[in-house]
Amino acid sequence: MTLQRRDFLQLAALGGGAISVAGLAGCATRPTPADEFYFVQLSDIHWGFNGPPNPDARGTLPKAVAAVNALPTPPDFIVFTGDLTHTTDDPVERRRRMAEFKTMIEPLKVKTIRFLPGEHDASLDRGAAFHENFGDTYYRFEHKGVHFIALDNVSDKGTTLGAEQLAWLKTELATLDPKAPLVILAHRPLFPLVPKWDWHTRDGAQALELLMPHEHVTVFYGHIHQEHHFQTGHIAHHSARSLMFPLPAPGTAEKPTPLPWDAAAPYRGLGWRGIEIEHGDKASLTEHPIGAQA
Amino acid sequence: MTMKRRTVLPLVAGLMVAGLTRAQPAPRVIELTAQRFRFTPRVIPLKAGEHVLLKITALDFPHGFFLPDFDKRVDLMPGRAVEFALTAPGPGKLHFLCDNFCGEGHEGMDGYFEIAKA
Repeated sequence: MTLQRRDFLQLAALGGGAISVAGLAGCATRPTPADEFYFVQLSDIHWGFNGPPNPDARGTLPKAVAAVNALPTPPDFIVFTGDLTHTTDDPVERRRRMAEFKTMIEPLKVKTIRFLPGEHDASLDRGAAFHENFGDTYYRFEHKGVHFIALDNVSDKGTTLGAEQLAWLKTELATLDPKAPLVILAHRPLFPLVPKWDWHTRDGAQALELLMPHEHVTVFYGHIHQEHHFQTGHIAHHSARSLMFPLPAPGTAEKPTPLPWDAAAPYRGLGWRGIEIEHGDKASLTEHPIGAQA
Repeated sequence: MTMKRRTVLPLVAGLMVAGLTRAQPAPRVIELTAQRFRFTPRVIPLKAGEHVLLKITALDFPHGFFLPDFDKRVDLMPGRAVEFALTAPGPGKLHFLCDNFCGEGHEGMDGYFEIAKA
C-alpha cells in the first residue's frame, strides 16, 4: 500500500495537478496503512452536447478515459457525479446518448464504476432512463471502512431530495457510527452556493442537518463545472470540473452560461480528479486538467 | 373550494414577504406567462413600495417561479394562473427565474423587476 501512495503522489507531480488536502477529517487516529485507497471522480460529461463551447465535444471524454487508464496504479473505483448526458426532450435520444456514453467509457480498465444522475440525465423523466441504464439513483456502499452515500437531488425537477429519500438517508445514517468516515456523493451542491443560478438543493439543509452528528463528512459533487471548496460547519464540500465546458465562477455573471472555448488554451477548465482516502485521517485531492496532447 | 384555497397559499406567502396588509389598496395585477424557455414579459417595471399581484400562467410545463432574494417560490400549473403577491423593495433589479428544470434552455429562463424610485 505504501507503493500505491507513492505512485499516486508521483502521478500528481507528473500530471501537473495541484494537490490540496481536504478534511475527511478531524479524525485524529491513523489506522493501518492497508486502509488507504484512492478513487477517481469524473463529472458533467454532457454526452450529446454540440456547440461552440467545446469543438471537441466527442473527443474530450476519450482523453479523460485514456488518462485514467494511464494512472500508474489503478484507482479502486471510479465515480461519475452526474450529467453523464446532455438533456434532450426525446426519450429515445436520451437512451441512445446513455448507451453511447456507456460505449465510450467501456475502455476504462477499472470496472468498478458508480454512477449518479444529473438533472440533464434525470429531471425530465424522474430518472427513468437513468435507472434503466445505470441502476438506482441513490444508494449506499462501503469501501475499506469508509461509508459512501450517493444522493439524488436531480430526479425531482424541482431540485429536491424529497421526503422519501430524506427518510431513507436518516435510516441509513442511524446504522452508522457517528465517528466513522463518511463520504457523500451528489450532483448538485447540498448548500445554497448560488440560488439565483439554481446552484443549490431546495431541501439540502435537511440533509446537512441529518449529517451534522457525523463527525467526519466530506461531500463530492459536480454540476457547477469547476473546482470549488466550501465548508458548512465541519462538513467539507468539493465540486469537480466538467468534461464538456466550464462555467463562470459562482455569482460572477448574470447567468451560468458556458465559458467560451479558448483556442489558445484548448480544454482550459476541463478535467477530473483523484481522491486519496487515508482511512481515519484525511482526503487528498489531485486535480487533473485535460491536456491538448493527452 | 379546496383547489381555490391551495391557489391562494402562494399569495399568502408573498404577502408575508412583502408586508402587505389588508388596509392597503388593492394591488396592481400583472399577468405573466411561463413557456420553455422564457417568461413573458421578462422585464417588469415597478415602483419602490408598489404592491402588485402576479398572475403567472405556465403554458407548456410545470415551471417554477423563484425569487431568490426573498427565498420564496411557487410551482406553476400548466394552463392555470397562479397568484403571487409582491411589494417592490427599494430601487434596483429584483431577479426571478424558473427553478424547475425544464430542458436545454432552462438555465436562461429568467427575468427581473426593474424597480424605480417611488
